[in-house]
Amino acid sequence: MPPIKRTKFKLSPEQLLEMFYWLKLIRAFDERLSILVKQGKVRSGVYTGIGQEAIIVGTCYGLRKEDYICPLHRDLGAFLMKGVEARVMMAQMFAKDTGLSKGRDSALHSGVNELGIFGNTSMLGANLPVAAGLGYTFKMEKTDNVVIAYFGEGASNVGDFHEALNFAGVQQLPVIFICENNQYAYSVPVEKSMAIDDVAIRAEGYGFDGVAINGNDVLAVYQATQGALARARAGDGPTLIECKTYRWHGHSEHDKAFYRTDEELAMWKSRDPIPTFTTYLRARHVLDDQKQKDIETKVAATIDEALEFAMNSADPQPGEAVTDLYA
Amino acid sequence: MTKELTYLDAIREALAEEMRRDPKVFVLGEDVGAYGGAFGATQGLHEEFGELRVVDTPISESAIIGVSIGAALRGYRPVAEMQFADFISCGFDQIVNQAATLRYRYGGRASVPIVVRAPSGGGVSGGLYHSQNPEAWFVHRPGLKVVAPSTAYDAKGLLKAAIRDDNPVIYFEHKFLYRRAKGPVPEGDEIVPIGVAATRREGGDVTLLTYGAMVTPSLEAADRMAKEGVEVEVIDLRSLMPLDKAAIFTSVEKTNRVLVVHEDVKTLGLGAELSAMIMEERFDYLDAPVLRVTYPDTHAPFSHVLEAANLPNPDKIVDTLRRLAAY
Repeated sequence: MPPIKRTKFKLSPEQLLEMFYWLKLIRAFDERLSILVKQGKVRSGVYTGIGQEAIIVGTCYGLRKEDYICPLHRDLGAFLMKGVEARVMMAQMFAKDTGLSKGRDSALHSGVNELGIFGNTSMLGANLPVAAGLGYTFKMEKTDNVVIAYFGEGASNVGDFHEALNFAGVQQLPVIFICENNQYAYSVPVEKSMAIDDVAIRAEGYGFDGVAINGNDVLAVYQATQGALARARAGDGPTLIECKTYRWHGHSEHDKAFYRTDEELAMWKSRDPIPTFTTYLRARHVLDDQKQKDIETKVAATIDEALEFAMNSADPQPGEAVTDLYA
Repeated sequence: MTKELTYLDAIREALAEEMRRDPKVFVLGEDVGAYGGAFGATQGLHEEFGELRVVDTPISESAIIGVSIGAALRGYRPVAEMQFADFISCGFDQIVNQAATLRYRYGGRASVPIVVRAPSGGGVSGGLYHSQNPEAWFVHRPGLKVVAPSTAYDAKGLLKAAIRDDNPVIYFEHKFLYRRAKGPVPEGDEIVPIGVAATRREGGDVTLLTYGAMVTPSLEAADRMAKEGVEVEVIDLRSLMPLDKAAIFTSVEKTNRVLVVHEDVKTLGLGAELSAMIMEERFDYLDAPVLRVTYPDTHAPFSHVLEAANLPNPDKIVDTLRRLAAY
């Protein structure tokens, strides 16, 4: 397999701090949700991506408004980075009328056309053919906008994965397929669901490049994404980027994840993307105590405000259970 | 101005006219390109509109529909061809979970204007996988519209309506009718609105509700009954979801007797819903139970002898109409 073309994309200190902010916000949002589930305040439908934030920040950072993203169920942070207000996402999680779906379903299952966000169903991998369709429209329009489509290593075993990547390869579509390989499809470890080590090599079967990278390194994810974006924008077709990572919590907040060992979890927690990036920023004097405190304060205020908005928002009216079925 | 066209030519003409009218309309499916489609429904489109708008796809029904959904989210009006309605099961999830629910879960802030053309039905020795009538699956799923034209006129007008509709529409075109159904078709922009039934024959004694390829044998049976002094009103539903309840009830109130004829199997076919609906809402008008003439609850056999034994025909319809009239 030819190596993915890498270019050094320079980031200013301000940009690096923005990335740091997003990492912290997404982590804090998920952690707050986890507590809210335990408190019984959020009923269900919470699939946190704690431990996987570097993938979202590294792929979404710097995207255009016109670019489209097709997140998976752990990617609440992608909604935030693409422009959905934190308060609206919180209301969505609370099934409130002010949420994206007005209480019809939770985080992943809604989208915003104007912001370039497609919300998938619970059928994992079913977002990938839709991503190909979005990419096909960019091809028809001869624009250089790009679609970023997310899926887990589990979803790479679904038929839609094959149909979508094959179609994207044949049509040379501007779609970047981001595999969040977090080692488990609910409880089934990767070695029981694939006979290969890297999802990335599947790309070869579709005629484009795939690369496996450290998904806990936000800059590595950013670099790889920027390379793939440049190729896609230039009309050179899709790329598959497999980001190796680990989900700290269970599949959902109700899953105790007894199928894995404490040692394994501890090993992956030692690769936490946030301290790694913090160390990097501090060593380069981009981040200091004051800046970190300011960012943490801003994160906490954003989440508190979002929570207050969601808690004070109205439930949907019962009659809305049968509306919005037809245009 | 009208001209004589086959049902198949009417479909082709509707596609070509809609593609000329609206650059957002495009077609995709297996063999729809230079080959012109397995039945020829897209002949000439590739030459006129080019391969970007007449897309030959891999054998990937799920991707065909998923790609359509993605394009629809960006304002396009894709017309996806299933080579046979039987193959629609391979794209089932994208239709029933992705397309049908999207508007609902987006809080009414998006729509999916796709058309899925599904060549359906038997009488052509197609065997188990080239003869099916799976319309009831889709009528059962909120968020979808379902139409089934019986004439060349309606084939054109309903396809135009489906393309212009903002909802996902499953368009069942009956293969038996492709070259057998011929008739006057208006030139230009004549729309047959979705949700409006057509009374093909007036009568005061029995209401016969049918659609698709069953309209012709129903009319033949009605003519035979007229010779016995029983006037049968034959209503071609055309639109299966939504149903034209007003037309159905007006006729039921006049005749007090109802027969449903469809080619789909009996159990939980459209006849079951029609019967229940009429009982619930017009019970006081009924002088007899609602009866059904349908395919038996079995598969579509290849043998001409076996298939003929299964298909509803004028003899079977006449027998049941006599029972109903004498009730």
